[in-house]
Amino acid sequence: MGYLKRIIYNCKQATFLIEKKALSSLSLRETIELRIHLFGCGFCRLYKKQSHAINDMVQTLFKSSMQSNIKLDDGFKRILQERIEEELNKN
Amino acid sequence: MLNPHLWVSTHADYLYAFAITRINDEEMAKDLVQETFLAALEKVNSFEGKSSERTWLTAILRNKIVDVYRKKASGLKGNDVTAAEREQEDFFGDDGHWLNKSGPKEFGITDNDHLVAKEFETILKGCLQKLPALWMAVFTMKHIEEEPTDVICAQMKVSASNFWVIIHRAKLNLRACLQKNWI
Repeated sequence: MGYLKRIIYNCKQATFLIEKKALSSLSLRETIELRIHLFGCGFCRLYKKQSHAINDMVQTLFKSSMQSNIKLDDGFKRILQERIEEELNKN
Repeated sequence: MLNPHLWVSTHADYLYAFAITRINDEEMAKDLVQETFLAALEKVNSFEGKSSERTWLTAILRNKIVDVYRKKASGLKGNDVTAAEREQEDFFGDDGHWLNKSGPKEFGITDNDHLVAKEFETILKGCLQKLPALWMAVFTMKHIEEEPTDVICAQMKVSASNFWVIIHRAKLNLRACLQKNWI
């Protein structure tokens, strides 16, 4: 397979580059290869869109579960504070 | 200033929520909160007041969570990784091109439907939990904690090139899981 043909067919490599680009930077060669691939590949253009959307959704998920009133029960808290006081009194 | 007498009432719920979001296990999350306070007591003298009390406590908790990640990843001896990698054999053909049955399809979600978004979130959560422990750890450390890559590599004992392979594979499986369970 020719060099160009390999770039055009290789979605596995293209998705790898999409992930790397989202978090870091690509070399000039990688940038060009990815651009050529995406130009001809609808699957990977959609993958790129979904990959970015997933990153946003995962962040939202973590943020929303931090705000969703998860609480420790009072009994556990009382024992915990007693443990701390105990430790403080040792010194 | 640190005031351990008020730690539990001021920070315990926050730290617990932080832990349970990352470690999906109530008992373990409780233990981690307790260990965090006890470890913090031992190093009150090293608190320099450069950050808030909560930030300082959260940093201690975060290190404990990384320990849990590491234990989980090594405890399974990579069995879960092998299984997850096998799933990916169905994604691409020998030439690296998407196989038609696995190729990305539109999720068809519009931004403003709240109920649909909630449902999707539940599926996303389930898919995240299906990732191998090591992948889940690397993925959240990068995408949620936004730790520098070299720090993650050192803490999870993976090489830089393996780091990118994991980031890639985690996303491939996560996306495929969403597609499978949503559409």
